[in-house]
Amino acid sequence: MSATKKKRKQPLSTGSEWTFELIEAYDREIGRIANGFGLDTYPNQIEVITSEQMMDAYSSIGMPLNYNHWSFGKQFVETEQRYKRGQMGLAYEIVINSNPCIAYLMEENTMTMQALVIAHACYGHNSFFKGNYLFQTWTDATAIIDYLLFAKKYITDCEERYGAENVEELLDSCHALMNYGVNRYKRPKPITADEERKRQRAREEYIQRHLNQLWNTIPQKDTHEEAQEIHFPKEPEENILYFVEKNAPLLEPWQREIVRIVRKVSQYFYPQKQTQVMNEGWACFWHYNLLHGLYDEGLVTDGFMMEFLHSHSSVVYQPPFDSPYFNGINPYTLGYNMMQDIRRICERPTDEDREWFPELAGKPWLDAMHYAMHNFKDESFIQQYLSPTLIRELKLFTIMDDSESPTLKVSAIHNESGYQRIREDLSAQYNLGNREPNIQVYNVNVRGDRSLTLRHYMYNNQPLGESADEVLKHLHRLWGFDVHLESVKPDGTVCAQHHCPPREVLETL
Amino acid sequence: MSYIIDRRLNAKKKSTVNRQRFLRRYRKHIKRAVEEAVNQRSIRDIDQGGQVTIPSRDISEPVFHHGDGGQRKRVYPGNKEFVEGDEFRRPQGGGGGGAGKGKASNQGDGMDDFTFSINQDEFLDFLFEGLELPYMVKKKLRDATQFETRRAGFTNSGSPEKLHIVRSLRAAHARRIALSGSDRKLIRELKKELWALEEATTDLETKARADALRAEIEALEKKVRRMPFIDDFDLKFNNLVRIPVPSSKAVMFCVMDVSGSMTQAIKDMAKRFFLLLYLFLTRNYKQIEVVFIRHHTHAKEVDEEEFFYSRETGGTIVSSALTLTGDVIRDRYPAGDWNIYVAQASDGDNWDGDSDACRQILINRVLPHVQYFAYVEITTGPHQNLWLEYERVREAFPETFAMHQIEDASDIYPVFRKLFARKMEGAA
Repeated sequence: MSATKKKRKQPLSTGSEWTFELIEAYDREIGRIANGFGLDTYPNQIEVITSEQMMDAYSSIGMPLNYNHWSFGKQFVETEQRYKRGQMGLAYEIVINSNPCIAYLMEENTMTMQALVIAHACYGHNSFFKGNYLFQTWTDATAIIDYLLFAKKYITDCEERYGAENVEELLDSCHALMNYGVNRYKRPKPITADEERKRQRAREEYIQRHLNQLWNTIPQKDTHEEAQEIHFPKEPEENILYFVEKNAPLLEPWQREIVRIVRKVSQYFYPQKQTQVMNEGWACFWHYNLLHGLYDEGLVTDGFMMEFLHSHSSVVYQPPFDSPYFNGINPYTLGYNMMQDIRRICERPTDEDREWFPELAGKPWLDAMHYAMHNFKDESFIQQYLSPTLIRELKLFTIMDDSESPTLKVSAIHNESGYQRIREDLSAQYNLGNREPNIQVYNVNVRGDRSLTLRHYMYNNQPLGESADEVLKHLHRLWGFDVHLESVKPDGTVCAQHHCPPREVLETL
Repeated sequence: MSYIIDRRLNAKKKSTVNRQRFLRRYRKHIKRAVEEAVNQRSIRDIDQGGQVTIPSRDISEPVFHHGDGGQRKRVYPGNKEFVEGDEFRRPQGGGGGGAGKGKASNQGDGMDDFTFSINQDEFLDFLFEGLELPYMVKKKLRDATQFETRRAGFTNSGSPEKLHIVRSLRAAHARRIALSGSDRKLIRELKKELWALEEATTDLETKARADALRAEIEALEKKVRRMPFIDDFDLKFNNLVRIPVPSSKAVMFCVMDVSGSMTQAIKDMAKRFFLLLYLFLTRNYKQIEVVFIRHHTHAKEVDEEEFFYSRETGGTIVSSALTLTGDVIRDRYPAGDWNIYVAQASDGDNWDGDSDACRQILINRVLPHVQYFAYVEITTGPHQNLWLEYERVREAFPETFAMHQIEDASDIYPVFRKLFARKMEGAA
């Protein structure tokens, strides 16, 4: 501090009112400091909006435009109600993974908050979007806005042509399966909106023809196999919506296209679901450091810093498990602390750190941070970087809840023997594959009643929740024929079944 | 590089479409909530917008999720006294450290009902959905005495003050172009030829030819000049037509018995009924007047305050009120200009010899002029002879006369709906 003191500059602003000139000035300075830390970002598009517009953005999953659906309206009235009652403040910012990266600033915010949001969103999240491998692999920041525009127009056209009710029903069904509309392993090729439109026609035709072959009822020369033994798909398909789009026998071409749109949107958000801790942690770490950078140069006042630190500490506050405010582990807290911890391990390692992180201790912290940001997702990031120091600091412990046993058991706490297990448990907790039931398309009775069978591969014996039957109804609507769902234990035994239409009804008929 | 954009002036209400779709989808639920609200609210804020509550189970969107059971491990922060191997009972209920947040929100159990607000217009829309004013259409066609002047394009004839100058001149211009076009084209060609000749060498033959051309051009130009600048059939006039419009004025008569037998509770119910009717009428007419007539043995026109809150004792002669209603209609509200609605509330008491007179007055003096006459009897007891006489009136005027019984406050809205339920237009 003393070294920088001699060249202290004039503060950029002293009051709490913001102006466009000030936002520009702050953005320039923050950008300069961020550049010094090697943050590589998309160009920023900072948009000042009103709280009402913020609520609009909220309720269309944060996107600046989206197709129309009642569920977004539901979200809107809910947000509006809670905001009006004062139960909920609106988020300070929304940032969109697009190129240029769009960040919303609310006009109600003070200058300090605007600066915080600029540092957090425009340089923190933005660089994460650009750098992290998941985003690089799965999303195409340049095309998303165009694609949404295409989607919105396509769906509006469909509503005009086929009736809003029909489109709504279809979207309901797709939304129910939205989480099962992602490819977890296959890399989708990026494609521009123009191509998208051109291809859409071709696709319609192709699929319809391809389908006709699959469902061809003209008898073919009999092979030796029994009809039942044909297994379709050959390998279980994890992307249920994809399977429906390509193979559902009764869908019209436009319906397939809508299934595809929902699937694409889902795929776009998939990396965000997998990197919540890292993404927020990264952004918090940088807003903290960037604004301190401003302070060190004398560009902001003490009052500014007090206000900033107040917001910052409430964002990264973690209520303990027995607090009435406890609502799971706060991803901001966990992420921020882990990021700070990496820096600490690099700069001031203890003996314990040297033992646990030989590759980090004493190395340049900036490189280590960038490496971590580029190459991990929540699950692997925690597995790799959660340190004993932080486990002790947050006093983490694991509860084992086995429905077979009448009691809960504390299976690991923050001690020597527990560190590794807590790390694994927490990492598993962020594994999307564990959080959502693993359900895949298992078989289609191609030569029989065309029924579709899904398999739920059980994780730790956890059964499906009671809404499974409802979801099956939606899948039944898409597929057009009977749908079955089997829960399968790791040893291959089927332990629970759901059917749509329900089996009892079938038997009485 | 950053761009800073001020979006605050951009279109607001982006979510309106989605919101409307949501309301449409849950129309039934919202309507039920609105009906309940009407029954519970105090009279003063009956027409406010308000909170609508829907069980969240009904509007949840299903997804696959894990249910209870199996083994699960969860990591929690803030350990205080636990050591490895501790065992304790499962906390009951949603609180405490037992259930994670993901579970609770997905399953929707123990969650509050889904509550949101709708504004006044929407509230009234739901409240009066499916209701209509009886026979308004017929009234429009039959009794229209008001006219409105509307534009209806342009005509070729009319009085000078309706002359449309721009259109007239435009028509004249077009006519001149159309009629002189070929001549002017010819002139242009001749002139070109003439210039060519003038450029060329000047021998006699060309000179003669040039003179001939000049003469021809002059003749043609003269012809063009003779074309009138404006002609009769260029004139265009604004066309205005008189269209009969239905009267947008309505008057509502509130007739109530204030004799000793009407308790404050009964009057409150009557007031609610009048209020609903008033709100309903305000949605259909631009201008509404309300006439309050109360009666015991004598009828009197009073203001609202007195109507609802002053009490008098005495006998009951209903016909006095009906006579006064008839007089007021005759004196102040000619049926051609006004849509007349009468709502009468009473507990059914009447002086025995009077009910027959009531029927006579209704049939002869009141019902021929009114759009609709609604009678509600607020009583839990058996009907008396006023009701019986009114039933005979209903037989005579099944379309304009309606009657219903209200037993307690929760009946008011259903009865109101019955009275104004949309009917098939068969009777017309």
